[in-house]
Amino acid sequence: MRRKVTIAILIIFTFIIQTTIFQRLSIASVAPNLLLILTVSFGFMQGKKSGMWIGFFCGLCIDLLYSQTIGINALVYMFIGYLNGFLYKVFYDEDIKVPVLLIGVSDLGYCLVTYALYFLMRVRLGFTSYLQHVIIPEVVYTVVISIIFYRLLYKLNQKFVENEMEGQELPWLKR
Amino acid sequence: MKRKKKFQLNSKHLLIALTFVCISAAALTVTNKASAGPLRTVVGYAVVPFQNGINQVGKWLGSRGQRFKNADKLAKENAELKEHIDSLNEQNNLLVQQQSELGDLKKLYQLDKDYSEYDKVAAEVIARDPGNWFNTFTINRGSKQGIQKDMNVISGGGLVGLVTEVGPNWAAVQSIIDDSSNVSAMTVSTNDTCIVSGDLRLMEQGKLALGQMKSEDAVTVGEKIVTSEISDKYLKGILIGYVSEVNEDSNHLTNSGYLIPVVDFEHISDVLVIKQLKQTGGN
Repeated sequence: MRRKVTIAILIIFTFIIQTTIFQRLSIASVAPNLLLILTVSFGFMQGKKSGMWIGFFCGLCIDLLYSQTIGINALVYMFIGYLNGFLYKVFYDEDIKVPVLLIGVSDLGYCLVTYALYFLMRVRLGFTSYLQHVIIPEVVYTVVISIIFYRLLYKLNQKFVENEMEGQELPWLKR
Repeated sequence: MKRKKKFQLNSKHLLIALTFVCISAAALTVTNKASAGPLRTVVGYAVVPFQNGINQVGKWLGSRGQRFKNADKLAKENAELKEHIDSLNEQNNLLVQQQSELGDLKKLYQLDKDYSEYDKVAAEVIARDPGNWFNTFTINRGSKQGIQKDMNVISGGGLVGLVTEVGPNWAAVQSIIDDSSNVSAMTVSTNDTCIVSGDLRLMEQGKLALGQMKSEDAVTVGEKIVTSEISDKYLKGILIGYVSEVNEDSNHLTNSGYLIPVVDFEHISDVLVIKQLKQTGGN
């Protein structure tokens, strides 16, 4: 329960800083995608189910406040979280290369899906210029930020694990 | 949906169920069968106060920084002058327009209201959309202050965009530089119509695309472009920007080009929402 509340607060907090502070810190009108980092990290650290739910709520927040159609972002983020959950098995402590790579690949995937859904559908061709102006800058910026952000999330996850271990042990240790 | 976890569903089943939820939600909102109003309101209450707070802190820090740079007197003077320039710009824009219209519209003058006469609500930009693909932002005024969907938003005498979503204390504004935005516009001097559309690829250069102008009308560089009366959502005569480049299309029938908007979309912070809808404007 405590874990769920913490994650809910984390999602809202990430959403708020992404829409305010990080939009001010945008470079060449491109800002990093923190919600995606959150989704991928938890999918990777806690498995499919967790990644799926976190992705769903991250996407839902975006949909509810900024999109006219509800559900598209929720769907995309949910699948990102779920797919990253498959790599839960290769999750090792202290390794940062795999998650950062995963975040990069996921962001690229997210950008391609967004392009296909919102731009290709309206016959906005010229993929290379979108690649150059939006996709590559966003992926690079997100990957750089993820190096810091993932560490924080990793520490938080460790706290969760410790807490749960304690929770499991407590009834036996009492008296 | 909230209790499903209790039954220990297989994650695959859960994924399929949630996918259906998402797709049906998208289908319902696209076809306007159901509105997400209440949900939006709840999320708005959870998020908007914080966005507002962070924005206030940012502004406070910004003003501190300015104080360090020089005496605050200068900053105040600057702000005052800018305001003055904005109002002069607006006035000038109106005057030029009125002059060209004066002849044939004199009789209709009382019917034809200018946008400066409408009620406006001042609002602050508190957040922007999280992605890099769209250009939507949140303002800190909503239905409680009388804002409705499809109201026009201006800043510094120029068109900013359109209200797309409204909550009790916030509203989402789609700016005209957004890739999916199209505005029906016209030139001030000759009333030739054209279409001003946002383009993500031009956003970095701060330009808008201008299209579907008839070739024989020959729009010149530097021409003022305002919203036209045939638009169904935008009120007539709001300044959009100045033509920066015109080229003939390959079909030799139409011209297209670029336009530099008067509004600085990168640093937009204060906007005015015009409390007048186009649909009701005709009555």
